[in-house]
Amino acid sequence: MAHGIPNRQVICETLLGLAKEDRDLMVLASDSRGSAAMAPFASAYPEQFVEVGIAEQNIVGIAAGLAHSGKKPWVTSPACFLSMRSIEQIKVDVAYSATNVKLVGISGGVSYGALGMSHHSLQDVAVARAIPGLTVILPSDRHETRRMTEALVRHEGGVYVRIGRNPVEDVYDDDEGEFVIGRAVTMREGSDLTIIAAGETVRVALDAQELLKEAGVSARVLNMHTIKPLDEEAVVRAARETGLIITVEEHSIHGGLGAAVAEVVVQRCPVPVRILGIPDEPAIAGKSAEVFRHYGLSKENIREIAIRMLGSGEERPWTRSSF
Amino acid sequence: METGALKRKAAQIRMDLLRMIHRAGTGHTGGSLSNTDILTSLYYRVMKIDPANPKWAERDRFIASKGHAVESLWCILADRGFFPKEELETFSRFGTRLIGHPNNKVPGIEMNTGALGHGLAISVGMALAAKRDGRSSRVFCLMGDGEQAEGSVWEAAMAGAHYRLDNLVGIIDRNRLQISGPTEDVMGLDPLDDKWSAFGWHVVPVDGNDVDALVNVFEAAPEVSGKPTLVLAHTVKGKGVSFAEHVPKWHHHVPNDKELALALSELSAELGSLEQIKGGQA
Repeated sequence: MAHGIPNRQVICETLLGLAKEDRDLMVLASDSRGSAAMAPFASAYPEQFVEVGIAEQNIVGIAAGLAHSGKKPWVTSPACFLSMRSIEQIKVDVAYSATNVKLVGISGGVSYGALGMSHHSLQDVAVARAIPGLTVILPSDRHETRRMTEALVRHEGGVYVRIGRNPVEDVYDDDEGEFVIGRAVTMREGSDLTIIAAGETVRVALDAQELLKEAGVSARVLNMHTIKPLDEEAVVRAARETGLIITVEEHSIHGGLGAAVAEVVVQRCPVPVRILGIPDEPAIAGKSAEVFRHYGLSKENIREIAIRMLGSGEERPWTRSSF
Repeated sequence: METGALKRKAAQIRMDLLRMIHRAGTGHTGGSLSNTDILTSLYYRVMKIDPANPKWAERDRFIASKGHAVESLWCILADRGFFPKEELETFSRFGTRLIGHPNNKVPGIEMNTGALGHGLAISVGMALAAKRDGRSSRVFCLMGDGEQAEGSVWEAAMAGAHYRLDNLVGIIDRNRLQISGPTEDVMGLDPLDDKWSAFGWHVVPVDGNDVDALVNVFEAAPEVSGKPTLVLAHTVKGKGVSFAEHVPKWHHHVPNDKELALALSELSAELGSLEQIKGGQA
């Protein structure tokens, strides 16, 4: 169930907890301290907070300059602008110059619902993923977001994190466990196929797994929170051991999680991959759940696709014994 | 270094960079010649740096936002001992560190630049960090005049004034030419001084090819407490080589053998006359 705590708030609370001990930890906002839920940080640590105004190129450049001077800046800005408007600064000032800047794209995907394509962020993973050296992470629930934040404070290097706007249903039962950058989490074991998801679609994948279990299908669920560097071994294992893969993402079908998985699969262990995401069109307006349903990012649709793939010889030209 | 020696050094750097560009067959000649006096003033006189310890925390920082005119910087960093002078031979060759833009794999280079409109925001971050850490470091950011058309320059200008960064010095190499021709034909910039003043900067116009004037301005900054300084350095593109001065094609024209010989003879003559002044003074 949803816990009323959006991931952006979790990041703020976690950074608040760490900032007293680490005076180099800084947060930057682009008139977004409210939307990024960073107002408490701004009040508590004004010397560790920088307001840049509505200037996404500037926020990344300033963060790079701060990082160059030993600070640990966290840029918090709407994902749609941060990932697009300042992508050259991310490429040159963060990735190429190897500065320790954490970029948090807030209200990503279709979080901004009815505000339309200008405010949807459905290309950010594709763009960020193409930049050498940049780590790309989509955390799922509040537990994982807290663990990720702690891990990233310890991690040196440029990272793009994308989170949504709304409270997220839990996918983890408790607050235990370690967040390892670049290592997928096997949420459910399974042998007939693998569903790979990231961010808020992990919940959808888990719900689909339940439905499939009722239908007698054993689905593995991988939470691929780090899109780059991708956990290639987990993907290869999934392909070899389950023979079919469905990816689910709140992103364009071009260049995101599904594409990243497919790149590995076709080169190392070809099996059918079905990529579920937002098609190549300006996404329809509506609440996240409505948009997800419209585009088939639902447990019911995943179940149908899985059963069809499993039943169709054409959709499954290779068997597990091929490997 | 006293200013007579700075002038001789600038002439020597110009000769070095022309030889380097000629050897490589590529380079941004005009803009490097125009900014040589600015860089010479900073690296041999004004900036607090230690070539033996390039990451010294208390150092002043220099960001070449107009990263394409890096040739003068390579020659100066080598001459100051940040890396061996022989490495200049590798400029623009396959696999070199000395590429056509600042590259922070080379000691003495703070950040990778080259995409225009980035340097000032980075410099704002550095100056802000120095303020918050109570360090006395100053940050010098050299921009091109054509670069002023990038909107991100003005985002950073706003932030520099907003945070009252009087440890920040922006410098515009105002040579009035960009790749397509005169700046005022490509995208009008004047009055640049008023624009920067309106953005809350203390603006100081200066002859950007006069090292005496440059040193005075850099050493005096900040003249106004609580404000960043913008040095509007009026320069000549192609400065020091008669046939390259004010000529747009020299933006990245490479001298042929004859042009190189002529340019070197002009600069040698200049160096000679500067030596004579030195002799006369002595």
